[in-house]
Amino acid sequence: MGAILKEYRYTPAKIVRGYSGKSLYINVSDLRIEEKTITEFMKEKFTGGKGFDLWYLWNAVIPETRWDSPENEIVMSVGPLGGITQYSGTGKTLVASISPLTDIPIDSNAGGYFGPLLKFSGWDAFELQGKAEKEIIIFIDGNNGLIEIKEAEEYPEDSHVLAEQLTREYADDENDMVNVSVVCTGSAAKHGFMGMLNFSFYDPRRQTVRFKQAARGGLGTILCDKKIKALVVKYKGVTPNLNNAADLATINKVGVKYHKEMHDLDSKQNKMRQIGTANTVMIMSQYDLLPTRNFQTGGDPEVVKIAPEVFINEWLTQGLHDGCWYGCTMSCAKCADHFLLTSGPYAGERVTVDGPEYECVAGLGANLGIFDPQAILEENFYCDTYGIDLISFATCTAFIMECRQRGQITQEQMGGLDLRFGNKDAVLELLHLMSRGEGFGRLAGLGIRKLKKIFVEEFGADADLLEDIGMEVKGLEYAEYAHKESLAQQGGFALATKGPQHDEAWLIFMDMVNKQIPTFEDKANALYYFPMFRTWFGLVGLCKLPWNDIVPADNHKTSEPAKVPEHVQNYVDIYNAVTGEDIDKDELILQSERVYQFQRVFSVRMGKGERKDDYAPYRSLGPVSREEYLSRQDLYDKQLSELQGLDPEVIDLDEKIAKLRAYREDQYEQLMDAVYRRRGWTMNGIPTPERLREIGMDLPMLLEVVEPKL
Amino acid sequence: MIRLNTEDYPWKSGMTVRSLLDEKVFTFRHIIVRVNGEYVPEEEYETQLIQDGDDVIVLHLMAGG
Repeated sequence: MGAILKEYRYTPAKIVRGYSGKSLYINVSDLRIEEKTITEFMKEKFTGGKGFDLWYLWNAVIPETRWDSPENEIVMSVGPLGGITQYSGTGKTLVASISPLTDIPIDSNAGGYFGPLLKFSGWDAFELQGKAEKEIIIFIDGNNGLIEIKEAEEYPEDSHVLAEQLTREYADDENDMVNVSVVCTGSAAKHGFMGMLNFSFYDPRRQTVRFKQAARGGLGTILCDKKIKALVVKYKGVTPNLNNAADLATINKVGVKYHKEMHDLDSKQNKMRQIGTANTVMIMSQYDLLPTRNFQTGGDPEVVKIAPEVFINEWLTQGLHDGCWYGCTMSCAKCADHFLLTSGPYAGERVTVDGPEYECVAGLGANLGIFDPQAILEENFYCDTYGIDLISFATCTAFIMECRQRGQITQEQMGGLDLRFGNKDAVLELLHLMSRGEGFGRLAGLGIRKLKKIFVEEFGADADLLEDIGMEVKGLEYAEYAHKESLAQQGGFALATKGPQHDEAWLIFMDMVNKQIPTFEDKANALYYFPMFRTWFGLVGLCKLPWNDIVPADNHKTSEPAKVPEHVQNYVDIYNAVTGEDIDKDELILQSERVYQFQRVFSVRMGKGERKDDYAPYRSLGPVSREEYLSRQDLYDKQLSELQGLDPEVIDLDEKIAKLRAYREDQYEQLMDAVYRRRGWTMNGIPTPERLREIGMDLPMLLEVVEPKL
Repeated sequence: MIRLNTEDYPWKSGMTVRSLLDEKVFTFRHIIVRVNGEYVPEEEYETQLIQDGDDVIVLHLMAGG
């Protein structure tokens, strides 16, 4: 099926201490295929994974490059630790590109088998540049050293059917299906800017293809724009030491210790093996952190209907191994099997729904006012198969619903779609419209930043109100945590390099509940350490969850339990054991900071990455509306009294809101100052040459960008 | 008055670690409690009395998403 357009034969490089030393470049405009060498410079400065992605991307683009420019690349890499099978969470693929939502580099990561199988096929990284004339599929056969590009117009679009078909087509037989992994998106990705990438793995127990997602920032939209329907890799022969580690015994020892922890403690801690990340939904609501109805409040009595126990007892299959790469005993990739779809083109079919993860239940549930597990699972399925980032979709749809609630947009202007909080049928219909590229579905897929402009200019909406309630920074929609009462997390989101995703820092409990970081300097230190530490997972190919979603039984005896010191040491030990290097936990942070600062300078180069780009919508900082203020009136009145010396008894409600706003906006400015100082940036958010020099990143190409901004 | 996570909090006669956690709706199961610097194991939450003036730390071990 599909004519072969190009064949390329290569000799798969042997992996030595975590690196194959080779990367693959394909230009889909002229079907040019090249092999590149991973240099010592790249390893020293960028380590791997996201670091390699950003390095290649920097060299591919110019400041004027936008998401749909032919020179924009999708780059993916797995990192030197990727693919080891002795520790949990070692199958991540890191992806980067210039985002259609933000116009700056986006990075996103996914589990699934693609990244490790790509490396075992001989490639540390994979660049895709150009735009194909017709839709194509790229196939990499890692056992036989073959790359094949073929026409793809006859293949279906939606991920669950496309990946199943490709897996069967490229596998020799049923037993061979686990050796095939597919990257693809879905029918909605080409109609909006929030298209995501699905990374597949075949589940032999369920006999179905499953997915993890590199969801953020429109990567699927870019794949469509390049007319790449799918990437397929096949590698047979995964064994425990394909990375040819320097010290396999240490990896085994650390792995065994960790797996015992997982076995003994998970049921007493987070129950990741039963429900995955959605274990926190009730907790978030109880601590006022679950975003509800576009982040207006932090919880709802109806949350019990979508509590973890509901999904565990009624929907999610229990007792099966659900790791998304070999050797992961955390096994958190849960799914609902034999789920009956009730809407859309697949209505009446029974499918396996991967998830729901926390972001799904919080975003597609509470934030849309939908407290119905069946509806959430159906939304989850269609976001996945249509190739839609469910975080951007949920936060954007919540914004639209609040615009409707506040009279900023009418049902007629939404093409008759009755998008109001709680209307699950309208949300599903919106997804189907996005898939077909019809009606209001075309607008909704553009994301909040563009919708704000359209609603103001075409529908006469109140620009100031929309700025306050549109939960985006830099053009990217917020992840699903209500965080008004945590100044540190306000920074954790809005000061994140790519936009408000929580994978840089999640400080709400440390800040709001534990009160461990009371001063601006404390918060700035946390907003230095945690983003740097978390960046490291993306450099080496690891999942963040095994770091702190299970902790050693004696973690409480350590001086810094929030950092989970024993697990940090595990990572140092594993890194050294794979690569043969001798880093410590400080060098680990330095590895991260080199890439972190590089990415910030990259954003500056692309026209963002300055102070003006780091401001949060006021909904992130405090109560926008009277209802929001009144919902926590005691708290806010107390703050006016204790922090501002005002008497709430003599101030009317609107003035209270205004006074609190002035205070909180000033606090946020002071936080920015403190964080910029700690990160070695100017007060305009530009990394200084001095700081770049200190970390060995005073490269001429970076200095050229920052020096004119000083 | 006691100190709870560095802030003043009203003390009540007969207050235990468990009653304090319930009162504050500290429902997250993965926490560390220290009273005047001493670690309190979970099995002692019901019986560990909190005295007026005590310094109580309840650390929630969640660094999130």
